[in-house]
Amino acid sequence: MKRYSVFAIAREAMRHHTGWERAWASPEPRPSYDVIVIGAGGHGLATAYYLGKNFGITNVAVIEKGWLGGGNTGRNTTIIRSNYLQDPSAAIYEKARSLYETLSQDLNYNVMFSPRGLLMLAQTHHEVRGYMRTVHANLLQGVETEWIGPDQVKRLVPIMNIHGPRYPVLGALLQKRGGTARHDAVAWGYARACSAMGMHIIQQCEVTGVRAEGGVVSGVETTKGFIGTKKLAIVVAGHSGQVAEMAGFRLPVEAVALQALVSEPVKPCIDVVVMANTVHGYMSQSDKGELVIGGGTDSFNNFTQRGSFHHIEETLRALVETFPIISRLKMLRQWGGIVDMTGDRSPIISKTPLGNCFINCGWGTGGFKAIPGSGWAMAELVAKGEPGPLAAEFGMDRFRAGRFIDESVAAGVAH
Amino acid sequence: MLILECPCCGVKAEETELSPGHEAHLKRFGPGSSDEEFESYMFARKNPKGVHFERWRHSYGCGKWFLAARCTATLEVFGTYPAQTSEPPPDIVARIKARRPEWEGCK
Repeated sequence: MKRYSVFAIAREAMRHHTGWERAWASPEPRPSYDVIVIGAGGHGLATAYYLGKNFGITNVAVIEKGWLGGGNTGRNTTIIRSNYLQDPSAAIYEKARSLYETLSQDLNYNVMFSPRGLLMLAQTHHEVRGYMRTVHANLLQGVETEWIGPDQVKRLVPIMNIHGPRYPVLGALLQKRGGTARHDAVAWGYARACSAMGMHIIQQCEVTGVRAEGGVVSGVETTKGFIGTKKLAIVVAGHSGQVAEMAGFRLPVEAVALQALVSEPVKPCIDVVVMANTVHGYMSQSDKGELVIGGGTDSFNNFTQRGSFHHIEETLRALVETFPIISRLKMLRQWGGIVDMTGDRSPIISKTPLGNCFINCGWGTGGFKAIPGSGWAMAELVAKGEPGPLAAEFGMDRFRAGRFIDESVAAGVAH
Repeated sequence: MLILECPCCGVKAEETELSPGHEAHLKRFGPGSSDEEFESYMFARKNPKGVHFERWRHSYGCGKWFLAARCTATLEVFGTYPAQTSEPPPDIVARIKARRPEWEGCK
């Protein structure tokens, strides 16, 4: 793999850009691998990358039904933060956030990480108390957050109306090191780095069955034939339940649609990420100038990658009160992704009833920000067969044991 | 927009009038059951990509619970029926089989 650098740009400028290589190879599958990762989204590719980087396992295939990064990795609102209340969540999301800081250098691929700061607005007195508690918890967890008053919020985001009649802004939780990154670039960067280590990324190859005998997986049936493997990692987000069923076990997961939308591009008007959880809306501005807006999930089981109009309407209605300036903006595009929600709204990084099969799912509405940390923890689980400190609390057995990581109550909303 | 006919009051209700109540026909387990049974009742879900039986409440209408058969892959509705049933009624099953010949039945 040729490195990207300022010298590479200069060299290619001299020869009409004829020397750029393909970022990753598209090989035909080998008969078998040491590890197969199902799902070439951010989490799957990051799992493969850290298997190679941290554990030297490079005989790996990442199998993808569609194209890489074409699921939720390409459908989220690109927010990165780690201001969680519960210790296990704060640990893994903070690991992810800190890996994002140097990810561009690590991958030699610009993921455009922009630590522009992230505000979570408190618009009820209950939220004020909740976020103050989170700030104290974060202090103990080593996550840098602070509580700021409404005047400071107004200084940071001049376009915000802090005196809204229904939802006045009473303050905010600020994570200065939170921000955004370019979501596609995260998948592309990991894919390029995996390919450079000799891993196979096999797109347009759907897994149709998992072959297992005596509690041990021997390989997967795919649309490109049978591929053998010593270990299997299932990292497929919305379709986790379907792949788990092929492997013969059932998950505490339900799939629902989560929608997002972008406005027409406008001049720079907001340079932090703002989340308003009482009204279920969040907004940031992309480098192109579009306002990137997300809301809550739709509420019923759904695999269609599109959601109900009234959810968008609710999100925008609330955001217009907080940001009156956006009331006449046209919305350009709207889309949905299928998110896998667990009972306690926390992810699963876990062993399964099959000895050499591992699963990473349940990231629900908050997967993008976790990609590097999730891949890091999953790679350790796959390589060693036992979870490391980051993944230990996220086992599936927590539902039987009643050991929830209850971010659904802690966050009160999709997170 | 999802539209379900409430079998209690007969109103063709659109989604904003309704509240979803997730998977229907769960077998309940309580005190005295094994940990596996209780976990499975509390958390494990069929979550099918296809025919799904689920509970709904006509919350901004008559307020009653009812059950619906719906396809999660296409959002097609096969029918609604009263909540006081332990399995899908034959007419609903027949309609699903007519529309989805490959359907393996209510597992």
